[in-house]
Amino acid sequence: MILGLSPEAWAAVALSLKVSFWAVLLSLPIGIATAWLLARARFPGRQLLNGLVHLPLILPPVVTGYLLLLAFGRRGPLGALLHDLFGVTLAFNWTGAALAAAIMAFPLMVRAIRLSIEAVDPGLEQAAATLGASRLRVFLTVTLPLTAPGILAGAILAFAKAMGEFGATITFVSNIPGRTQTLPSAVYAFLQVPGAEASALRLVLLSVALAMGALIASELLARRMNRRREGA
Amino acid sequence: MSLSVSLRHRLDRFTLEAAFDAPDGVTALFGPSGAGKTTLVQAVAGLLRPEQGRIALGDHLLQDSATGHWLPPHRRRIGYVFQDGRLFPHMSVARNLSYGRRMNRLPRDPEEEARILAMLGIAPLLDRVPATLSGGEKQRVAIGRALFAAPRLLLLDEPLAALDAARKAEILPFLERLRDETGLPILLVSHSLAEVARLATTMVLLRDGKVVRSGPTAELLADPDAVPSLGPREAGALVEARVTAHHPDGLAELATSAGTLLLPGISAMPGTILRIRIPAHEVILALTPPEQISALNILPATIRSLRFGDGPGVMVQLESGTDLLLARITRRSAEGLRLEPGKACHAILKSVAVSRQDIGAG
Repeated sequence: MILGLSPEAWAAVALSLKVSFWAVLLSLPIGIATAWLLARARFPGRQLLNGLVHLPLILPPVVTGYLLLLAFGRRGPLGALLHDLFGVTLAFNWTGAALAAAIMAFPLMVRAIRLSIEAVDPGLEQAAATLGASRLRVFLTVTLPLTAPGILAGAILAFAKAMGEFGATITFVSNIPGRTQTLPSAVYAFLQVPGAEASALRLVLLSVALAMGALIASELLARRMNRRREGA
Repeated sequence: MSLSVSLRHRLDRFTLEAAFDAPDGVTALFGPSGAGKTTLVQAVAGLLRPEQGRIALGDHLLQDSATGHWLPPHRRRIGYVFQDGRLFPHMSVARNLSYGRRMNRLPRDPEEEARILAMLGIAPLLDRVPATLSGGEKQRVAIGRALFAAPRLLLLDEPLAALDAARKAEILPFLERLRDETGLPILLVSHSLAEVARLATTMVLLRDGKVVRSGPTAELLADPDAVPSLGPREAGALVEARVTAHHPDGLAELATSAGTLLLPGISAMPGTILRIRIPAHEVILALTPPEQISALNILPATIRSLRFGDGPGVMVQLESGTDLLLARITRRSAEGLRLEPGKACHAILKSVAVSRQDIGAG
């Protein structure tokens, strides 16, 4: 018992951290690409993409979780493909929790990054082009570095959202202690047991501390980036 | 290497329909704000794709809408200096400067780099970040950044417009050196006639998306017919003059093709060739050589033409030595003196009438 939390509770915390880490890491490149498309590219279907990205934000999480189950369940079209090709099963597995968290956090991540890409002066990108940079290199050498604080903010926001994701996760991967029981699922499980409110409360306090820590860390990092740019 | 541009592009207020050739040297696109100058330059750089047009730099075709040929901006090797500098805020001055070389995968040329740094006086700034530079320093670094990429053509889009008078005076000599030392063709966008008169060898006058006139700067500035496009208050011919002596009272003596000028505020070494813009409204005409007059500069001249406008003014073109002068006088005076082409007269100019910004390197 560390901090008054059972090994089972700690396992949930560790799993949540792992799930959120991978969810953010793997969705970040896709998030940046999507944000760039929405901010700078003009193509047919842009509004459709915008709608799709925001869908998890407005759908009930349980619906998103159920759709994931339909698509990625063992008999779902994508789930069967993944299983046959790579031997990967997402449903009722921690990897599935990561997918659910990534999808639920995606709109927040894309929004933060898109705003910061839109804040980059297109004039700087034009200047880079006249100096011989192709579109890809303009993005890598000018847009991306100038967007770094926004990307950081988007990643932290997505991480916090992933840590707190509950509805889609519990629908898609259930609440199996030690396997798919994330921090929110554990809080939920404690609340179902008479007399475990104290454990639930400790877990709640811990999750508040984690969220605040992430927020402060991102604030400090962003301030350091800005200081460097202002030449102090 | 000459730039030839011919294009047609619909804009909000009008259709840009312009064709011009820019020979070696500095070609100025001159006209009021909204005449389409920046659009033209953007089309040359490839930042804007005109609906129809053909743009070629020497035998290097940049765009030909007839064949659908269009070179994207990053493959044109055209340096672009923007009004607002547009230095990359996340890179040091040194990284900004080397950006073009890195993107074009050019080998380092330390000698050329040192020459550019010295010409622009930016060597002490290399470790600084753009946010800590003054406006004038930013603009010099922006010019250096364009030159480091070894461009085939340099576009200067109102490079001085965002600067105050003192900063402008700081940069103008650098631009003159750029013109005289690099031999790079330069397209300059400006709405300041003083700037154009100092820097440009060729002028293209634009108005509402059309080329009104174009030709050698000295010729155009001395052409009474071009005055309506330039603005009568701004009119003034260019005279080439060689510094011959500096007098202890602060006046410099200059030799022109017609005689001697005494002007203040010139620090150039004797022997230096200067180009001086003489404002038309500061020139007085007299039929007999005036005596006991405070004005120090009296040049013999012959009237070549008179252009009567709608108002009370007349623009008189004079031949003085091999130079052309413009004088803006009233219709009443012209009629009173019976001025007509071929008549001999004297052009009188106060020394203090020529301001420092009208004196540039020749």
